[in-house]
Amino acid sequence: MEANTRSTGRLPAAFLTPGSSSFMDFLSEHQPEMLPGKRQLPPTQGVIEAPHGTTIVAVTFPGGVVLAGDRRATMGNVIAQRDIEKVFPADEYSAVGIAGTAGLAVEMVKLFQLELEHFEKVEGAQLSLEGKANRLSTMIRSNLGMAMQGLAVVPLFAGFDVDRDRGRIFSYDVTGGRSEEHHFAATGSGSIFARGAMKKLYRDDLTEEQATTLVVQALYDAADDDSATGGPDVARRIYPIVTVITEDGFRRLTDEESSGIARSILERRLEQPDGPRAALL
Amino acid sequence: MSTPFYVSPQQAMADRAEYARKGIARGRSLVVLQYADGIVFVGENPSRALHKFSEIYDRIGFAAAGKYNEYENLRIGGVRYADLRGYTYDRDDVTARGLANVYAQTLGTIFSSAGEKPYEVELVVAEVGDTPDGDQIYRLPHDGSIVDEHGSVAVGGNAEQISSYLDQRHQDGMSLAEALKLAVQALSRDTNGTQREIPAERLEVAVLDRTRPQQRKFKRIVGRQLARLLEAGGASTEAESSDDSEDVGKE
Repeated sequence: MEANTRSTGRLPAAFLTPGSSSFMDFLSEHQPEMLPGKRQLPPTQGVIEAPHGTTIVAVTFPGGVVLAGDRRATMGNVIAQRDIEKVFPADEYSAVGIAGTAGLAVEMVKLFQLELEHFEKVEGAQLSLEGKANRLSTMIRSNLGMAMQGLAVVPLFAGFDVDRDRGRIFSYDVTGGRSEEHHFAATGSGSIFARGAMKKLYRDDLTEEQATTLVVQALYDAADDDSATGGPDVARRIYPIVTVITEDGFRRLTDEESSGIARSILERRLEQPDGPRAALL
Repeated sequence: MSTPFYVSPQQAMADRAEYARKGIARGRSLVVLQYADGIVFVGENPSRALHKFSEIYDRIGFAAAGKYNEYENLRIGGVRYADLRGYTYDRDDVTARGLANVYAQTLGTIFSSAGEKPYEVELVVAEVGDTPDGDQIYRLPHDGSIVDEHGSVAVGGNAEQISSYLDQRHQDGMSLAEALKLAVQALSRDTNGTQREIPAERLEVAVLDRTRPQQRKFKRIVGRQLARLLEAGGASTEAESSDDSEDVGKE
């Protein structure tokens, strides 16, 4: 496009042709090579080594939803990065957390954010939460070729549904299969442990504060049992990223807030390494 | 055999310009003003859905007078240009200057190509900076020329008269309510100098607000917030500010 714009000076015809409100549709017609899914893949043998992100958790509470992620990226048995960000705002009312191949996932998030913003600007209205979730599904499906080579991206999508007035969570598999999760969900290598923790701690009358504490508890348990998930790093002051989406929109907890939660949990784990006990029947 | 009429190039261009100007004059004028915290767009628009102002990118807004389908087409072209550029490079690499140049080339090429009908539109592309000195406002008339404006600008049929009214009264560092009041006064003056009333529900107002915490600075002002600002503009000017969450039309 750049060369094209410069040579004639005016917007290329594709820019002024009425069409879809989707940025991805525009790209696939105008510059298909810019889309991650349209890339030519060289033949490879074995699994490609690239940094992987691990555990993402989400939990709903009356009035909203919390989405959080740990900060570790691993490449085989090496910690590739200690402060990676895996939870991003998708738009005003939704957020996406990513587990899987970090490079591809971050690119996918960037394109997803742009897709939602582009639609909003062109149409003058936001997509429904359902529509956003479906759009993400399409993007994961377009990555299937790379997923087959071991470069999978598995996001967790959470948002506040302004039409239904509640927080909702969608999880995905590598083929783009989408399913709505009730109450809580987790994805990534530590997800089984996180899910176990959430299962025991979840109640449907959590406050926002309890919900944010719950996700950090779950991440702590994931880090406890999964070597690819990082726990709160007190020495380096790296704490999980916790985001809250309510009818007021997306908010990421400040470093003070998330360190406060993480430190109080750490404190209690010094006494009780396995964390809070659920009441017996 | 009939001989084709000879039309001199000067005459042909003058005719095209005349045609475009007449088309633009049929629509209502709109104004874009700098105020202390950003840039405000004000226009009379009976439609709730068909906007004259819109967001192009983080700090860049768009305003247009003239034929709706033509400027809507240019607006979407601009959104695609900005989004593609931001995706290819970085969000900071999308600038109002770049966008204004592309629009100028597009309008200019259409205007001077004999095969195409000239566009009956006049555009404003504005970018809000970190400080008032960094604000940029470009006016793009139908022929693809480009004018770098400061303080205030009006486009549309009655633009010259409104511009001179604004030029005399606009000051740097006005509050939003003051700027809005001035804009409404300017728009509600008729050609013969009499004032008429523009009710709040016929006003379309949007701002590029540099104090907004979000990356995207464009915001429509509607409903109660607009009513409050219009009231504040009449009396004191300090009442408004920072009610981001309330009554804000999500674009």
